[in-house]
Amino acid sequence: MAGGLSRRLGIDVTVVRIGLVLLALVSGFGAAGYVAAWLFLPVEGETATIAARAAKDRRGLALAIGCVPLLIALGVVVSVLGLGFVTSLIWGLVLAAAGMILVYRNEDETERVRIHRALATLTEIGSPAHRSRRSFAARILLGVVLLAAGLALLAIGHTYRGALGLVLGAVLMAGAFVVLFGPWWLRLARDLVTERNARIRAEERADMAAEVHDSVLQTLALIQRNADQPQKVAQLARAQERELRSWLFDGVAPWSLGGAEPATLAAGVALIEREVEATHGVAVDSVTVGDCPLDDDLRALLAATREATVNAAKWSGAPTVSLYVEVEPTSVSVYVRDRGVGFDPETVDGDRRGITESVCGRMARHGGTAAVHSRPGKGTEVELRVPRHPVRA
Amino acid sequence: MNPAPLRVVLVDDHHLFRAGVRTELGDAVDVVGEAEDVAGAVVLVDGAVPDVVLLDVHLPGGGGRAVIEAVKQGHPDVRFLALSVSDAPEDVISVIRAGARGYVTKTISGPELVDAVRRVAAGDAVFSPRLAGFVLDAFATMPGADGPPASFDPELDQLSPREREVLRHIARGYTYKEIARDLSISTKTVESHVSAVLRKLQLSTRHQLTRWATERRLI
Repeated sequence: MAGGLSRRLGIDVTVVRIGLVLLALVSGFGAAGYVAAWLFLPVEGETATIAARAAKDRRGLALAIGCVPLLIALGVVVSVLGLGFVTSLIWGLVLAAAGMILVYRNEDETERVRIHRALATLTEIGSPAHRSRRSFAARILLGVVLLAAGLALLAIGHTYRGALGLVLGAVLMAGAFVVLFGPWWLRLARDLVTERNARIRAEERADMAAEVHDSVLQTLALIQRNADQPQKVAQLARAQERELRSWLFDGVAPWSLGGAEPATLAAGVALIEREVEATHGVAVDSVTVGDCPLDDDLRALLAATREATVNAAKWSGAPTVSLYVEVEPTSVSVYVRDRGVGFDPETVDGDRRGITESVCGRMARHGGTAAVHSRPGKGTEVELRVPRHPVRA
Repeated sequence: MNPAPLRVVLVDDHHLFRAGVRTELGDAVDVVGEAEDVAGAVVLVDGAVPDVVLLDVHLPGGGGRAVIEAVKQGHPDVRFLALSVSDAPEDVISVIRAGARGYVTKTISGPELVDAVRRVAAGDAVFSPRLAGFVLDAFATMPGADGPPASFDPELDQLSPREREVLRHIARGYTYKEIARDLSISTKTVESHVSAVLRKLQLSTRHQLTRWATERRLI
């Protein structure tokens, strides 16, 4: 920036730099001038200035104008305190801030990256990598000095310059606390954000794994069992491909194969009934009491229901699967029952993720519960339940 | 076991379906006649006076309900069991309200159907999971939400918690025996709960039940 100015004015770069810094220190208009130059001088090799772009940025302009009340407020405070010499500084700094808003919103990518880098060094304070012993000691020392100065000012404040002394003391105290605890707060906030992001990512992954298990892995299992029937294998593979494509590229839930996504719980249950009957050749006897529109939790419930029904159709050996869905005022419950071979839930193979992950895990992630009742030779019943959210008007 | 096998009449408009049911029933009962519409069914039942009529919900000439209403007066001892694939709840409920003692779906297996016929003949009620679901649905709305409260009769217009629990188990696919074990009551008690529900279903004047019927102009 200084380089650009010096070329334009024909003065040495160093002189311009020193001049700018001096101006900034004396009146605050130096900073404003620097930002103004940034706004109005075109970057080397470009014709349009940032200002030209900023003029079209209505929100940026509004934000910049928003600095005016700030200016007035600061002006009032300063004049009350009788600190005339600060006024000029404030004018300049506030103008500079307004200018920076416009610059930030309208500059090109390279400049934005530069600002981000400058800000990054600020936020790195307090990160574990920068916790050297020396900076820690310096921080404590500075904090203690500020604290002591603040306390002293507060103690003698009322005799020295009246209110101003008290205010200054309070400011110093606050500064001390920021210096002492700031890095720690920063780290805490950063850890919180990192942890939350990690959790969201893990949940997305688990949901995704469940979807893939329901669709792709199930189909692969079916293909293995029908390996001697080329036609059936081809049909399964085609259906799975269509399903996977529509999920990956159109965001359609895998279980709403082919048709439009159901809008209500009963429609979703009817779809599961049709689909499982068609794919697995087992009769599904579904009974639905009540109905309600679908939300994310209920969609997860339907997906788990479908998984439990498919499991019953595939493994139980029973000719019929009973599916009962009841919508109650505060919850929705689902019972999937078969009179097939049953199994011992204690000894179920960890490899068969169907029940644990796809059903139980999915229900838990959506605030619901899942229970599997089964005994060898006595059939299986899967019980699912999610709480209902009050209808938002 | 029975000295005289139960005498059964089949009423359904699909010839193939009647043949299928006849095969499924086998020798367990005596199928004394078949009819394919309301008029034919009324004449047949009048003449044969069977123990049980297996009745399709949808029939040319007025539906299963019309058959029951025409025959009921002259032969109060003839029992009806509705049998159908998949119907709107209001149609099923209106056949029950006309006097049928149960409703089973056509996916029912042969032995189960024979068992259901025996039950109906003995005066019990037969609730398939689907009918249990319909009934829970029909009685689900809170009293007072429909119809004037003055006509509300708690004895008839709402299900007891126990009856509700029994219906829920039926809807989940449990047999009476399994329900009895699960709720620690006798099979006889389960049967009496179901019969009580059937009575309420037939006698209740709940707005919703009558509205279902009147919407179809059957009352």
